[in-house]
Amino acid sequence: MHKQLMSGNEAIARGAFEHGVTFAAGYPGTPSTEIMEAFSRYKGVYAEWSPNEKVALEVAIGAALAGLKAMAVMKHVGVNVAADPLFTVSYTGTNGALVIITADDPSLHSSQNEQDNRNYAKFAKIPMLEPSDSQEAKTFIKIAMDISEKFDSPVFLRTTTRVSHSKSVVGLEEPTNGEDRRVIKFDPAKYVMVPAHARVRRVAVEKRMEQLNEWAETFPENRMEIQNTAIGIITAGMSYNYAKDVFPGYSYLKLGMVHPLPEKMIRTFASKVKELYVVEELDPFIEEQVRAMGIPVTGKKVFPYTSEFDPGVVEEGIKAHKRGRKPPPAVPSRPPNLCPGCPHRGLFYALGETKAFVTGDIGCYTLSFMKPLQGLHTCICMGASIGMAHGMSKALGEKGKGKIVGVIGDSTFVHSGITPLLNMAYNKSDAVIIIADNRTTAMTGMQDHPATGTTLQGEKTKELDFAALAKVLGIESVRVIHPLNIKETTAVLKEELGKEGPSVIVSRGPCIFLQRERLKSIKPFTVDTDVCTGCQLCLGLGCPAISWKKEEAGLVPRTGKKRKGFASIDEALCVQCSLCFQVCRADAIKSAGGPS
Amino acid sequence: MKDSVTSLLLAGVGGQGILLASDIICKVMMKAGLDVKKSEVHGMAQRGGCVTSHVRYGRKVYSPIAKEGDVNVLISFEKLETLRYLNFLTAGGRVIINEEEILPPSVNLGETAYPVDAVDIVRSQFKDVLVVNAPALARKAGNIRAVSTVMLGALSKYLLEASPDDWKSVIGKEFSEKLVPANLKAFDLGRETA
Repeated sequence: MHKQLMSGNEAIARGAFEHGVTFAAGYPGTPSTEIMEAFSRYKGVYAEWSPNEKVALEVAIGAALAGLKAMAVMKHVGVNVAADPLFTVSYTGTNGALVIITADDPSLHSSQNEQDNRNYAKFAKIPMLEPSDSQEAKTFIKIAMDISEKFDSPVFLRTTTRVSHSKSVVGLEEPTNGEDRRVIKFDPAKYVMVPAHARVRRVAVEKRMEQLNEWAETFPENRMEIQNTAIGIITAGMSYNYAKDVFPGYSYLKLGMVHPLPEKMIRTFASKVKELYVVEELDPFIEEQVRAMGIPVTGKKVFPYTSEFDPGVVEEGIKAHKRGRKPPPAVPSRPPNLCPGCPHRGLFYALGETKAFVTGDIGCYTLSFMKPLQGLHTCICMGASIGMAHGMSKALGEKGKGKIVGVIGDSTFVHSGITPLLNMAYNKSDAVIIIADNRTTAMTGMQDHPATGTTLQGEKTKELDFAALAKVLGIESVRVIHPLNIKETTAVLKEELGKEGPSVIVSRGPCIFLQRERLKSIKPFTVDTDVCTGCQLCLGLGCPAISWKKEEAGLVPRTGKKRKGFASIDEALCVQCSLCFQVCRADAIKSAGGPS
Repeated sequence: MKDSVTSLLLAGVGGQGILLASDIICKVMMKAGLDVKKSEVHGMAQRGGCVTSHVRYGRKVYSPIAKEGDVNVLISFEKLETLRYLNFLTAGGRVIINEEEILPPSVNLGETAYPVDAVDIVRSQFKDVLVVNAPALARKAGNIRAVSTVMLGALSKYLLEASPDDWKSVIGKEFSEKLVPANLKAFDLGRETA
């Protein structure tokens, strides 16, 4: 068997391909994104970026209904968006196979919250598998598909960031080509969820869960490893590895399926060990159920509720002592920042000048909240900027006139911005909405979406026109600007904020990663240190290429007044966006090629 | 074959080639017949923020990340980032430092100062410290972007599980044909410094 180093995400895609899964829909979101990207490159599969997770799940439900093995792929908060179809597809069942992949993010490496999506499995009465490394990720996607077909139920596959983004050794197998099971099947009692039908299916769901309960007892991936019985540990997913790393000799009940739990197996395991622990990140999901069985168990009493674990956390919890390590030396923090040349920088610089309150959204531009730009003032979830701007504007009335702006990225707008924008036209709003259109889903690593004109599998397609859409929704004042032109941007912002009624500004400038060709012939800007007055206006852009150098001896520049220091441009980082050139009032910033 | 797991931690800044470097280490150790796991965090971290990658290898590896105090070699691609992860090192651990400085935003804005004595702090706590001028060696090798391969060259001297040829055969496959000669040279130059 050929062995390969694979991330958990790549292994899921590989497992799906090997098992004859030919259909996947998803929306990008860290840490799930690479599953769709890797899957889309296999031969003979259909894979699409849907505009959001709700659509992705509905698309996958349709494919399963048509007889295929299908998956819907999303990050943990994406399941919130997809929750509406999720709860009812649990009733209808799937005909073919349907697996929903939820990639959770303990420690919020790249998310706005730390929700534990195991709760969705219980809530929606859907079985859930949880792999602990890449080999299991590849195996478990196959098992999940099989469970889905066997029990006519959607199945969850849950990963966490550490499973999705760790790499480990995976044995590759040849893909199996099943028979063509595509079908059009009419079965209204099963698929038309009017109350009379749904009441019947509701009972079927409970019966299915009973069967799954029974099945879980003999599921080989729920396994006991009986060694030293002084301590027994029930665990699943990545936590299993952390525990095995520090306590290789204790006994384990390693759960491959976290919902439903194998009660008999848990009772047997508990009876074999002296002291019982549950090691699980985030919520006491397993622990509470074990306790409800009347079994004494230690869990969150010694392990944290928040953040991901590591082997040290597990060791401390069970040995009940803190490691007395001294803290590392204090060093300046290094938060992520907008890239040099990022079009969002020009927009937020100009927006800052208006002193408006900016409801923000999810994407690279969220990073502008930091000093010095401090460009947006809220961030809740995908699409929230528009509804919130409208709500604030309505609440403030005259007091908020010309002071409320919502900023949303292009991909985020397609995901969840269209309905709230329609609402602004319908309910006569007075806020300004800016679509920060950098022509890609940048934060997750450059994925296409319905306004880029290209599909996930690289086909040319229709390209959504934001300005035309805004007009059709009923927004009368629609402007398109280039955000790297500060003068124009500032002028348009001022005009639109002064108008009655809602406005949309499409701030259109491609992400720097889409400008590979232009970047080949960059002529970086430089600071004429004899002219720089040390006014620090350019530092207000927060560009990583610009830094402040302290003047050693309080020199006087050629142009006059004594200064404390001067600006400097790192030529290796400058991409000639010219923003610093535009804001400099001393004419100190020069380019070999002139302003672009 | 020894039973214990060796833990490496690569640290630096987005864009320095850390993720590819840790992939290469894993593939070299796989060639040497060992189990390997690695872990890093993608996403927000790519926009100029800190990037770390854990690499662990041995007969059987469970956790892809090491606990604090368990790392055998810290390979720091940026000088001040070394300090941020010092507490991951085991007592008597080894440190390889690229002396390049990449200024964090607060230093750029003049709000904080870049620590001038970073290497001294490291030396005061650890005996085995190697400081490498990786950009200079990469330039000498013919490609300024080969900094990460210089660091791998230096590291390779201390990882006795694999021979220079093991490393070179993996490097030969991981880069596009055009970039291979400069990266092989960078590997040699890095190895010579160790």
